[in-house]
Amino acid sequence: MLSRTAASLYWIGRYVERAEFTARLIEATVRLDALSARPAGTTAWESALLVVGADQGFAAAGAKVCPRAVSNFLMLAADNPSSIRSCLDAARWNAKSVRTALTRDAWETVNRAWLGLRNVTDMGDTRETLSLIERIRAETRGFEGALHRMLRNEAYAFLGLGAAMERADNTARLIDVKYHLLLPEGEKIGGVIDRDQWTTILHTVSANTAYRWLYHDELKPWLVTDMLILKSELPRSLAGSSDEVVGHLAFIGRRLGRQGEADRLGRQRQAMLSRTSIDSVFAHGLHEYLEGFLVENARLDRAIAAQFRFG
Amino acid sequence: MSSPIAFDEIFGNGGDQPRAEFAALGAWLEETPDKELDRRQKAAEAAFRQLGITFAVYGDEDSSERIIPFDIVPRIFTGAEWSRLKEGLVQRVEAINHFLADIYGERRILADGVVPQELVLANPQFRGFLAGQKPPHGIFAHICGIDLVRTGPDDFWVLEDNARTPSGVSYMLENREAMLRLCPEIFHRFNVCPVDRYPDQLRDTLRSVAPRGRGSEPVCVLLTPGHFNSAFYEHSFLADSMGIELVEPADLEVDDDIVWMRTIDGRVRVDVIYRRIDDDYIDPLFFRPDSLLGVPGLIAAYLAGNIALVNAPGTGIADDKAIYSYMPEIVKYYSGGEAKLPNVETFRCRETGALQYTLDNLEKLVVKLVDGSGGYGMLVGPTATKAQIEDFRAALKAEPHRYIAQPTLALSTVPTLTEQGIAPRHVDFRPFVLSGADGVHIVPGGLTRVALQEGSLVVNSSQGGGTKDSLILSDTPGQFQSQGPAGQTQRQG
Repeated sequence: MLSRTAASLYWIGRYVERAEFTARLIEATVRLDALSARPAGTTAWESALLVVGADQGFAAAGAKVCPRAVSNFLMLAADNPSSIRSCLDAARWNAKSVRTALTRDAWETVNRAWLGLRNVTDMGDTRETLSLIERIRAETRGFEGALHRMLRNEAYAFLGLGAAMERADNTARLIDVKYHLLLPEGEKIGGVIDRDQWTTILHTVSANTAYRWLYHDELKPWLVTDMLILKSELPRSLAGSSDEVVGHLAFIGRRLGRQGEADRLGRQRQAMLSRTSIDSVFAHGLHEYLEGFLVENARLDRAIAAQFRFG
Repeated sequence: MSSPIAFDEIFGNGGDQPRAEFAALGAWLEETPDKELDRRQKAAEAAFRQLGITFAVYGDEDSSERIIPFDIVPRIFTGAEWSRLKEGLVQRVEAINHFLADIYGERRILADGVVPQELVLANPQFRGFLAGQKPPHGIFAHICGIDLVRTGPDDFWVLEDNARTPSGVSYMLENREAMLRLCPEIFHRFNVCPVDRYPDQLRDTLRSVAPRGRGSEPVCVLLTPGHFNSAFYEHSFLADSMGIELVEPADLEVDDDIVWMRTIDGRVRVDVIYRRIDDDYIDPLFFRPDSLLGVPGLIAAYLAGNIALVNAPGTGIADDKAIYSYMPEIVKYYSGGEAKLPNVETFRCRETGALQYTLDNLEKLVVKLVDGSGGYGMLVGPTATKAQIEDFRAALKAEPHRYIAQPTLALSTVPTLTEQGIAPRHVDFRPFVLSGADGVHIVPGGLTRVALQEGSLVVNSSQGGGTKDSLILSDTPGQFQSQGPAGQTQRQG
């Protein structure tokens, strides 16, 4: 496979995953804003901006934090490089240049998602926002479905690799922001919690029922954290994503007959996660732990680019 | 410019009953409401847009990606019509390849005075540095798109030979896919030859011309300028259908006259390049040094015999307008017989008699610059103003050798879905001819372009032209067989 093709596939995987994550985040924030007994107000939307690292960009654009302005910025803003529009633009641009490496289904879902946003300039009210989000999520689900029907070849592995790398990054950011927002330093673990907020987190990673199946318990922040970091059964957890990264790299390595630095780093991370307990994470500080994870993820990303000559 | 006596390919000359062979199409048009046809046509166009079968229109910012309009009413050729066309196409393309091998080799045709020497050797499309260079297996024009027009039941004419990088074959294939999906009943009523073998034949052609000694598994790639190119969809579609890599210039590097592509597994040696980049832009070291598109060193690798380029460099001379007018003589010179597909009558104004005839009949003729293209430097007599005609008269007298003249043809029409219902529209036809080391192959089909404006003879997609599926009827039994009811269901209980 051409190096350029591999790079494009990897980034398609990342951008589609990021678009989907942002869509879920907006959806969950709308839900939080609408369903909580007291209006969650601007805090909900501010934290949404924080999770995707768009707080500074939003402030620079000069709008006031309100549902419509934030969802416009996260969804449609061309000057926000991680808005859903920007992600779909980039995904489609890449998809177009490697059209041959994608199946028709996979290309069509990316193209349709892009077409769906092309003429939208304003999200409108909550109902319109939700219906647009639903459409985008339908397309990204379609993309995942299309991937599952692809030949299990290098193209499949690079798409999956990109998606898993992005997912690890997104989940780590989500826990980091939300946890500290909800349980500021010094607050006693096990105190009164805001159920709506925690439900929001689980919604964002579609793990509401998974939590019940895994823990048979009511929502407890440290259990949610345990699940999102260490439960490899959950595809969106850091452990689950890391397993997937290793799996895709190993597949490519078998096809090429050799492995490299990225494989080594990936396996190292996987082994670390399997030996970690949630108590030790909290003992070292959750924020420090997650920050370290994000740095490692970025290092792995660079190793992947070098190993396959993304150039 | 409308012609009241244009031949209609389905209804014949002015009748309202279809020709006997096509009665079933007449019945289909009769019983399918225009509304339903329109619905299907829109469904096809929506599918094309979703697939991204688009072309870019330069200088049109807002809709940088457009689809070419698709017409749901197919065009049909009988098996007999097709066999005649096919014989003529094979003969013509074989002659084109003989001609190219000759003028870059012994130049016998020039020595024998069949084609004026200066017309070839002083032509900017003639690549002097290729003289004496034999491409692998001796083939220059592996892929030709021959533009045909029709004026009567048995009157087909070659309007143009495209021997550089002809495009449009993806429309032949995608239009058929759309028709099979949206109008399956047509394929039950008619026995249509399939076109979907084209990618396999193209791949076989590419493999067959790999430089000798490169083993039984030559590496073939399709070289595209990139996805901003207007025909990028076709490039990716063909590469995908053949199962070969679609490379951009930056994916290739030339080292010691060997061409390599950069892959996740290191460098891989390339043997055959189906290039969709024009000569001028393919290698900045050889052609235009200002080109950012090309692969430096590619031509040196070709000259060293380490790579096959499809089509070979230098084929542009064969589809030059000045050379075109000699094609009947060229075909006769190499095949020993009369050309089975005639040229459109062409007056070479460089010859005194032809010049006089042209000057006397300017208002009836189309006058073209031999080195012009895209309708530039062209006079269409019947629609021109007096002043334009006089301008051309002066230009013709000053530099007659730069012009050719042709009669204005009454192009055939095919029923087409318009806003006012089914109506005749003018068409042309481009079949694709493959020449490999294993002979000449033509898939039974081609690209039909249709001028959607009433009376218009301009089929170009940039000027309101659309496309149609082109059905070639087969004399052998049909390809469709029922497989029985589909879908297993879960047992209840």
